[in-house]
Amino acid sequence: MTAAQAALPAHGASHGQQHSHAAGLSEHEAHAFSQRIVVAYGFWIFLISDIILFSAFFATYAVLSDSTAGGPAGRDLFDMRLVAIETACLLTSSLFCGLAGIGAQARNSRLFHGAMAVTFVLGAAFLAIELHEFADMIEKGAGPTRSGFLSAFFALIGCHGLHVAAGLLWLLTMMAQVVAKGYREDILRRMLCFALFWHTLDIIWVGLFSLVYLVGMTA
Amino acid sequence: MSNIKPSSESQRGDVAPGDEQGADDVGRGVRGYLIGFVLAAGLTAVSFYITRSTLVWTPSIPIALSVLAVAQMGVHLVFFLHMTSGPDNVNNLMALAFGLLIVMLVVFGSLWIMSHLNHNMIPMEKLMQMQR
Repeated sequence: MTAAQAALPAHGASHGQQHSHAAGLSEHEAHAFSQRIVVAYGFWIFLISDIILFSAFFATYAVLSDSTAGGPAGRDLFDMRLVAIETACLLTSSLFCGLAGIGAQARNSRLFHGAMAVTFVLGAAFLAIELHEFADMIEKGAGPTRSGFLSAFFALIGCHGLHVAAGLLWLLTMMAQVVAKGYREDILRRMLCFALFWHTLDIIWVGLFSLVYLVGMTA
Repeated sequence: MSNIKPSSESQRGDVAPGDEQGADDVGRGVRGYLIGFVLAAGLTAVSFYITRSTLVWTPSIPIALSVLAVAQMGVHLVFFLHMTSGPDNVNNLMALAFGLLIVMLVVFGSLWIMSHLNHNMIPMEKLMQMQR
C-alpha cells in the first residue's frame, strides 16, 4: 500500500490502486488522472448507446428504402454536390476539433479558441446546407409524409442533424467556460467528452453519406 | 492487478477514450490528426468517385461503398479517437465491440426478418382485388 492509495478512501480506492504505482504521481495527480479516465469512459458508454440508437434508425431506413409509394426515390432527390460539401465540412471540422483538444491540453488559448471557432463555422455550414436540402425537398412535395422511404430518411438524417445542433451549443459552452474558468481539470474533462462526441458524429456521418446518399444514388 | 507486471509502461493502467498515450508533445498529436484527415479524405474521395465512374462493376458498388465506409470509420477510430489494441485500451475496445455486436444484431436482424415478411406477403395488387 502506498500513501496515495491509502489516502483515497472517499473516492474509491479501486481507481487509485492502478495509478498510484506510476512513478512520480502525487496523490492529487493520481486522483485527477483516474477521474479523467472514469468520466471519459462513462461518456464513451453513452456514445456507444447513441450509436445503437442510430443503428435502429438506420435499420428502419434500410427496410423502408424501397417503399417509395410511387413517389420520388433517392436518386431523384439527392444533390450529390451538396452532400460532398457537407461531408467536407464535417470531416474538416473533426480535424479542427482534434486540434482544439490538443490546444486545451497544452493550455494554448490561441490554438484552442481558433480551432474551436473554425469547428463551429464548419459545423454551422453543415447544418445550414442540410436544412436547405430539407426545405428544398419539402417544397418539391417530398416531405416526410410522402412515403415510408421519406419518413425514414427524414428521421435518420434529422436525428443526426439534431445531434450536430446540440454539439454546436455544447461547443460554444466549452469556449465560454474556458474563458470564464480557465483550463481547470473539470473543464478539460468536459472538453475531452465534447471532442469524443464530435468525432462520433463524424463517424456516423460516414455511414450516412456512404449508405444513404451514395448507395441511394446507385440503386 | 498491475503490480505483478514488471514494465513501467503497463503500470500506467488504463487510458481514457480519446486520449493518446504520450501525447504531451503537441507536434506529435497534430501529426496524428493530419495523417487521419488525409486518409479519411482519400477514402471519401474514392467513395464519391466510384459511384459516378465505371471503374467498379455496377451491381457490386453498394458492397464496395460499405467496405470503404467501414475502412473510413476505422481510420476515424484510430486517428481521431485514438483507439488502439494496446493493453491500456482494452476496456474502451471491449465496450465498442459489444456496441458493434448490438448494432449488427439490430441492422442485419431487421433486414433479414423484414425481407422474409415481404417475401411471404400477398402482393399488393392481389390484396386490392380481394378487397373489392
